[in-house]
Order: sequence, then structure tokens, then C-alpha cells
Amino acid sequence: MIKILKDGLLTTIQDLGRTGYQKYGVIVSGSMDTYAHRLANLLVGNEEEEALLEATLLGPVIEFKKDTVISICGGDLSPDINGKKVGMWKAIFVKSGAVLKFGKPKTGCRAYIAFAGGLDISKVMESRSTYIRAQIGGYKGRPLQSEDVIPLRRSSADHSQSQASTEDLLFNETDWTIASDMIPNYTSRPVISLIKGPQFEWFKEESQKALYSESFKISSQSDRMGYRLEGASLFLKAKKELISEAVAFGSIQVPPDGNPIILLADRQTTGGYPKIGQVASVDLPVLCQTKPGEQLSFKEVSLEEAQQAYLEQEHSIQLLKRSISLKIKEAFS
Amino acid sequence: MDYTISPLGDQAIVLTISKEINEEAQRKVQVLSKQLDEQQPDWMIEYIPAFTTVTIFYSPTMLAQEDVLPYQAAEMEIEQLMSSITIETAGEPRTIEIPVCYGGDFGPDLEFVAEHNSLSTDEVIDIHSSGDYSVYMIGFAPGFPFIGGMSKKIAAPRRDSPRLTIPERSVGIAGMQTGVYPIETPGGWQLIGRTPKKLFTPEADTPSLLRAGDKIKFKQISEEEYINWEEHSDD
Repeated sequence: MIKILKDGLLTTIQDLGRTGYQKYGVIVSGSMDTYAHRLANLLVGNEEEEALLEATLLGPVIEFKKDTVISICGGDLSPDINGKKVGMWKAIFVKSGAVLKFGKPKTGCRAYIAFAGGLDISKVMESRSTYIRAQIGGYKGRPLQSEDVIPLRRSSADHSQSQASTEDLLFNETDWTIASDMIPNYTSRPVISLIKGPQFEWFKEESQKALYSESFKISSQSDRMGYRLEGASLFLKAKKELISEAVAFGSIQVPPDGNPIILLADRQTTGGYPKIGQVASVDLPVLCQTKPGEQLSFKEVSLEEAQQAYLEQEHSIQLLKRSISLKIKEAFS
Repeated sequence: MDYTISPLGDQAIVLTISKEINEEAQRKVQVLSKQLDEQQPDWMIEYIPAFTTVTIFYSPTMLAQEDVLPYQAAEMEIEQLMSSITIETAGEPRTIEIPVCYGGDFGPDLEFVAEHNSLSTDEVIDIHSSGDYSVYMIGFAPGFPFIGGMSKKIAAPRRDSPRLTIPERSVGIAGMQTGVYPIETPGGWQLIGRTPKKLFTPEADTPSLLRAGDKIKFKQISEEEYINWEEHSDD
């Protein structure tokens, strides 16, 4: 099991979301950076969707109460184990008694900590994701706090040789890591691919142009539910009411004040504001690693280009999955 | 059934069934929802029914074929699905009774709603509990019903400043709408009462008591009946 010694800014348990219940008004939740989430799990031999910890900006302090294997992917929040810098995007054998903590955020703002075997907590509506407002899922339906103890499930990595070889050390990193071209570039000024939203044509021509030509600042009122953007105000050609309909991860809705909001993991299921754009799925991870105060801009892509990019990325994740599982078989044997 | 199809990003497709909110659109949304529940196509991740639309989230990898965009494949799947549906397949709507203890601590704004409409509080209760309501959509919060059919006579504007917390199961009025808050949440509705009946039960197979298409009857109960109900419920 693991024990939380310090909670950090916002550390929650997330899997890939509570899908299938949006028709009942239940939000999806789940990890913001699903790419880092999936890779973190693959590196420790878990299924991609296994629940893990999402740490935000200032990470938690975690004590390991048993030998285990972990990995840390996503934003670089300067992780260390007992004061010694520890690598990201690789598997790490950790001894009981070791303490993981985080320092200054270097790139991105969300780190994903996966544990071999996964966190031993029960599912609510088929998911372990934390839904804070409804107080369900995760650990007691809330962010983690110091003194929380979370059990880990058994894993094939529990008694591996590499584990034994760490006798004198509190941790031991594998000598292999994810290929650098598979690690996202978490820049602080990303250019995000955008597909036209369902109500794109409702907006004034200058607003349509501004969307792609201006840069926007991420407001301090941004969280897992959505990022509020500051910059050019976007307005409709004429007053028009939208009948509430479904929204999606990455929908950009524009309330009457003209300031766009990008809807993210904790978004509501439906919305009544017109949607000017929709972030291409492949760019959601990079978007979700930007933090308040940073700038971003958009470039237009067609639906076809977005789907091609998505399929290509899925294909490379499948290839990666195969090579990781071979490596793991060696390492955990 | 007439409909149009359009994309919502690269993993969802929107079926628009009507340009306006009406009973027929509602029935069509229900028929389609029922069909999707029964068929559970393997490429579908989930769907969200709304007033005039059904949005289907799909797996692009499941639909990917050589030379066919996942979106186009989804379009074809949906055309096939729609050709097999007729509006007659809609079942009879269910009627769900929601007991409400009006006024007092449970309904701190009952007086306001009465004054605003130059009615007595008893008249507001009578009008509210004698209406025929239907659920148009579940959204905004888990199990939260958008309910149509409230009498104009008891309409009331939202509060100038929203309450930071509204207790779960509060019954309120906002403009021409009435609704019940399934979970504790901030909100600006005028609160007229509270129901002891749970609208959202995360551990149940069907977590939402209500679903789109249901008919609703509000029934006035006393504070004693309210307390009895709460004590005898399973939780």
C-alpha cells in the first residue's frame, strides 16, 4: 500500500473516465492527459485504463509501504525519491519505505503516477475516477489528503529479480524508456488543432477569423471542468438560442460575454452555449498540460485530418504497447 | 423519421431530429435511445439524448476501414440503424410520483413565489402539485431532470444571487421551469419544497430515478410523512 504524507495542490484518483452514464447526467471525469495516463500504465504492466494518481502542479508526498513498480508520465513536476532525482516515462522499482515527492513544475502541470497492479479501490458506476462534486469514485469521492492510505493490488512484478537487485538502493530505474518521439512536447505556448464546431457558422466573420489568428490566455478561473480563455471576444452574427445538447471533451463553447471556454474532463454532459470549435483529440493531452497564465493559439484542421492523426497515434501506441510488454516480461521475470 | 447528421469533433456524431422542442421530437429521441440501449453497437461508446438531438460517441479505431473515414462509417451505421426505426416502437411513458413537503425550511422561497404571482402559498402548492409534467432531458447534474409542463401562474425569476449550496432533493422553480436537485449543488432556483425520494443513486444499476420521456406527478405530503419516508428508506 501507499501512504499520502502530504496532499499536494490537487491529487485525485482517475482512470480513463466513467463512460456510459452521461445519459443519466453523470459526467465522465477521468485523467486530463489521457496519453500520459495510458503510457504510465503500460510501463508498469497494467491495462491502459487502470486507475492511477493525477497530481497537479504541486505534487503529493507518497510513502511506499511495500516493494512495487511505478512509473511517472506527463508533466515534469520534478519527482524525486528520497532526495534523488528520478526519471520519467520509464518503469521504476521502488522499495518499501521509499518516499516519492515532487518539486518545481518544469513542463506541463499534471503528472501521472501509475502503480503495478493498480490501486485497490472499488468502482462506482464501472469507474474509479473521482467525481468530486457528487462525492463518488476515487478515494471517498474526494481529492487525496495527508494520512490517506491506499492499498495496491498484487502484481506479477511483486517478486521480480530486478526488485531483489535493488537491495542497497531504495529505487532502481529501468535502463530503457519511451522513445523520445513518443513523448509529447509540453510547450507553454502550444498551437492546438481545431475542428470547426457545430455552430461555427453562427459566429461573425471577424470572430471566426480571430479564433485562428489571435492567441488566447488561459484564465486563472480554469480547472478540470474547463479552461476559460481571455483574448479576442467572439460574437454571434445575430442573437440565437441554442437548444441544449451534448458537449464533448475539447468542445469550445462561447457564452454571451464572448469569452470562449474549452470544456475538459469534468465538463457537464450538455450545454446551451454555441460551440465554435472542437479540439482535435490528439491535441487534448498537450492542451490539458497548459496552466493558467499561459498562452495558446489554434490552427484549423479538417475532420478528416483530425481522424487520420488520431488513427496514426493509436497505431503507434499499439506498437509501443507490444514492445513495452516484451521489455516488461524480461524485467519482471 | 427525418433527421440530419453532423460531426461533434472527431469522436462524436450528432443526430438532429427536430428544430424545436415538442412532444414529437421528445418521442423520437426516446425511440432512438431505446434502440441504442437494445442494440449496443460495438463501435458506440455511449450516447447523450437531449431535447431535439441524440449525440453518439464512437470509437474511431473500431470504425476505421481502408479509404473510409471513421466519421463516414459512423454515418453509414446510423443510416442503417435509423432505417429500422419507426416512431410506433415507442412504449407507453411511465408515470413517477414525487412526494413533496412544501414550504417551511424545505421551501424557503415558497412565500416569494406566492407574492410574485399574487397567490396564497396554498394556491401555489395546489397549482404545482396538480400539473401534468414530463421529463424532457436529464443533464446539468447527475439525475437532474429538465421538466416541462409547469403552469405560467407560478412562474418566478431566478434569485438575484445564487445560493452557494442547495440541499439535495430540493424542489425549485426558475422562470417557466420546475425541477428537483438530485445532489447538493450551488444554484439560483427559487426553492418551494423538498422530496424524500432519491433521484440519484450511484450504486444502483440505473443511477437516475427519472429518464427522458417520463411523466411526473408531484404529490403534497406533510412534514411527518416526509420524516417517515426518510426513516423507512433503505439508506
